[in-house]
Amino acid sequence: MSILVNKESKILCQGITGSQGSFHAKQCIEYGSNIVAGVTPGKGGTTHLDVPVFNSVVEAKTETEIDVSMIFVPAKFAADAMKSAIESEIELIVCITEGVPVQDMIEVKAMLSGSDSILLGPNCPGIITPEETKIGIMPGFIHQKGSIGIISRSGTLTYEAVNQTSNCGLGQSTCIGIGGDPIKGLNFIECLSLFDEDPETDGIVMVGEIGGSDEEKAAEFIKNNISKPVVAYVAGVSAPPGKRMGHAGAIVTGNEGTASSKYKALNDAGVRTTYSPAMIGEIMKDLLGQ
Amino acid sequence: MNLHEYQSKKLFFNHGIPVLDGEIANSPREAKKAAENLQSDIWVVKAQVHAGGRGKAGGVKIARSISEVEEMASEMLGTNLVTKQTDSEGLPVNQVYIESGTSIQDEYYLSLLVDRTKESWTYIASREGGVDIEAVAEDSPEKIINYTIDPSKGLDLSSLHKVAAQMGFQDDVASQFISITKKMFEIAKEKDANLIEVNPLILNDGNQLIALDAKISIESNALFRQEELLSLKDESQENELEVKASEHDLSYVSLDGNIACMVNGAGLAMATMDLIKLHGGEPANFLDVGGGATTERVKMAIDIIMENPNVEAILINIFGGIVRCDVIAKGITEAVKSTSIDIPIVVRLQGTNVDLGKKILEESGMKIISASDLTDAAIKVVSSVKG
Repeated sequence: MSILVNKESKILCQGITGSQGSFHAKQCIEYGSNIVAGVTPGKGGTTHLDVPVFNSVVEAKTETEIDVSMIFVPAKFAADAMKSAIESEIELIVCITEGVPVQDMIEVKAMLSGSDSILLGPNCPGIITPEETKIGIMPGFIHQKGSIGIISRSGTLTYEAVNQTSNCGLGQSTCIGIGGDPIKGLNFIECLSLFDEDPETDGIVMVGEIGGSDEEKAAEFIKNNISKPVVAYVAGVSAPPGKRMGHAGAIVTGNEGTASSKYKALNDAGVRTTYSPAMIGEIMKDLLGQ
Repeated sequence: MNLHEYQSKKLFFNHGIPVLDGEIANSPREAKKAAENLQSDIWVVKAQVHAGGRGKAGGVKIARSISEVEEMASEMLGTNLVTKQTDSEGLPVNQVYIESGTSIQDEYYLSLLVDRTKESWTYIASREGGVDIEAVAEDSPEKIINYTIDPSKGLDLSSLHKVAAQMGFQDDVASQFISITKKMFEIAKEKDANLIEVNPLILNDGNQLIALDAKISIESNALFRQEELLSLKDESQENELEVKASEHDLSYVSLDGNIACMVNGAGLAMATMDLIKLHGGEPANFLDVGGGATTERVKMAIDIIMENPNVEAILINIFGGIVRCDVIAKGITEAVKSTSIDIPIVVRLQGTNVDLGKKILEESGMKIISASDLTDAAIKVVSSVKG
């Protein structure tokens, strides 16, 4: 079992003929992901990577059954791509694109709130259910089917957590990179809830970072709603205030968004936290009594 | 991207938000000329730097004669202004803004910003103006008035009327206030501003509301559609190495320690800094080489790291996903060969083509300390500095 996606998921790739879209769609297909269609305006009627290409999401949706859309279009067109996926009532929209203007995301979120679609990202590595489907840019080979659900705001740091849980034999049920932008789709809370309900997930790893208050909100939620063990690491204890650390969302402003406030909230909620990103796997193993 | 006060006020003026007459000056002579042009008997000389807290730091001064304007301008220009929002070096004052003086009946605070928690734009207003608004929010939160725009409905006039009433504005002053708030939203939408702050907004003796200060910050991800604003960028206000890095698509932030790091991915880069600190060291920088690192980019990253004179050791931490470890290894060997680096380099490679990467490093004959995992890497680099 897994959450949100599995080997049955039928995937559309928006921006499939672009260099990024093409490169990663190919990797996904090699991993076993079921990419059934692509969209590139003006290239409808052609095929790319043996996948039929359509001019628009609406066209693709009329011709093919689609559950998930994976978006690789450039930042300036990303909001429109997300909006057209929402309009076509795609269940899960995964936007990998980095650098989407935050004002555009305000509009996308407003539209999303009146729909049944779920958005993941933007600026995220995507989602993977090991040995079933990979929808995103993560290196498939480090993953191993197993019992840990991983939720992370960062890309390569997710791989770190994945690698550790693979090496200690736990493996992953599903891994979700929620992305480093300040305004985004799925957040910790929704993912925690899904993992808690998933019978194949035994433990949850949460990788946060400085900026905003998502980790604090997640801590409150865990205290009241989550029964499975959670291990958390928050990146940026050493980051100075007022400096943006790569991600648009990773900035400490005033008293808000510091790592210490996040650690305090998580500890108070009974979450096992670690100051060492190298200990995530071992601590989870210890928590599960293995 | 931050705008200077004078640039922000020009945008205000163009959109009909009342500001005082002012002119920008690059030299004391220009300052004198500006003062002469402004029909006034009192002037304010304001240092143009990308930081708040200028008044207390001596960056805003009142002049009562034209010669005093010139004198103050020559004192400020060419110096670095250190405020509580800058680091200890401060920011260079290359321009001063000369403004005509005004009477002040009352001072208020008004801003409009992208609110990540509410996922929309929020107005923040207070009757306590001209002071540190964060301190007001901390000490007396009841003095802060908020209004968040519902993005699916847009700006709601009745909510603005309510804010005006809470601010104590009536009749014509309330109308002026509502007009200013509406125009701020126009600017935010049109120019992709993340923050528009007026502190203080003042009421003069003639019952006119005027923006006495102005701060606008533009969303950096939206600069592709704000080309006319790009020319307003003032790189002198930013760290030289950070600017150089961004020109090469590297994300670099200078820090105070002596252990440099080069990492792929922002989260892993922060985690690497955290680990250095956890094991008793001090990171010299944050550096994300990004997802598409090439040999060239790795070389450039190492060049930038080495320009910081405090650096005594380097930790390279790469988790190869899209980035291939062999490409990184090649970049490292080329950079080390071309710049004759003689400080310890600890390398931890993991992921795609890791064996090939390690082989390249081994065969290069360089003195590279290889680490097996994150903790090992941090311990080795910290001990290499402590000797």
